[in-house]
Amino acid sequence: MSGEAVTAQRFRPGQTVHVIERPALGHCRTPWYLRGKTGVVAAVQGAYRDPERLAYHKPGLPSQVLYKVRFLQSELWPDYPGPTSDHLEADIYEGWLESAS
Amino acid sequence: MTTSPNRVTLLREGADGRAVHDVGGMDFGPIDRHEHDLALWEKRTDAMLILLCSKKNVFTIDAMRRVIEDYGQQAYDRTTYYEKWIRAIRNLLVEQEIVSPDEVETRMADVAARHRANGRQVSAETIDWAKGGAA
Repeated sequence: MSGEAVTAQRFRPGQTVHVIERPALGHCRTPWYLRGKTGVVAAVQGAYRDPERLAYHKPGLPSQVLYKVRFLQSELWPDYPGPTSDHLEADIYEGWLESAS
Repeated sequence: MTTSPNRVTLLREGADGRAVHDVGGMDFGPIDRHEHDLALWEKRTDAMLILLCSKKNVFTIDAMRRVIEDYGQQAYDRTTYYEKWIRAIRNLLVEQEIVSPDEVETRMADVAARHRANGRQVSAETIDWAKGGAA
């Protein structure tokens, strides 16, 4: 992907982030059950052409930074029966994240 | 890249604003974990998708997902994995104006006639599918 436009990385590993709670308009990769939830950046996965635009035959540029975000299962599911330390990791594009602080 | 499809989200009924396909965490009963064989047409569908996406760059996997997500709840829930794929391939080839709906229908009629001539049954539902109609 050398030479292609990339958005600046806004978050770093360890930072607490909030998944924006907004309805999807067309194809999006942020699952419903994570919207409005708070997690911690576990890793930066790189930058990729935006699937929300690729899905409509657009180039998907600038590329979007993709984060691996870690959520506590007990915060996602009200009746979660497992240990409170159980977590879930999901790939979330930067456009769906905001700083939680 | 001749067309610009509309950006829409079809919602699942009574599911709090979830899109039709966005069912993570919902209860659909137990999962059947048995292994099963793939039919020949399913393997061909898989091969076609790889050729169209990765080798020929006719459309992206993202566009394929978008088309599947736009089926509407009834069609989405009724159809199997590869049924979703083959219909998406058909719809994207038509959307990109690589084949016309008429060409698909004509070809399907030829295939149906050949099958009937060989004593095989062809369901009306299969024909509707090829037309991109209600599943």
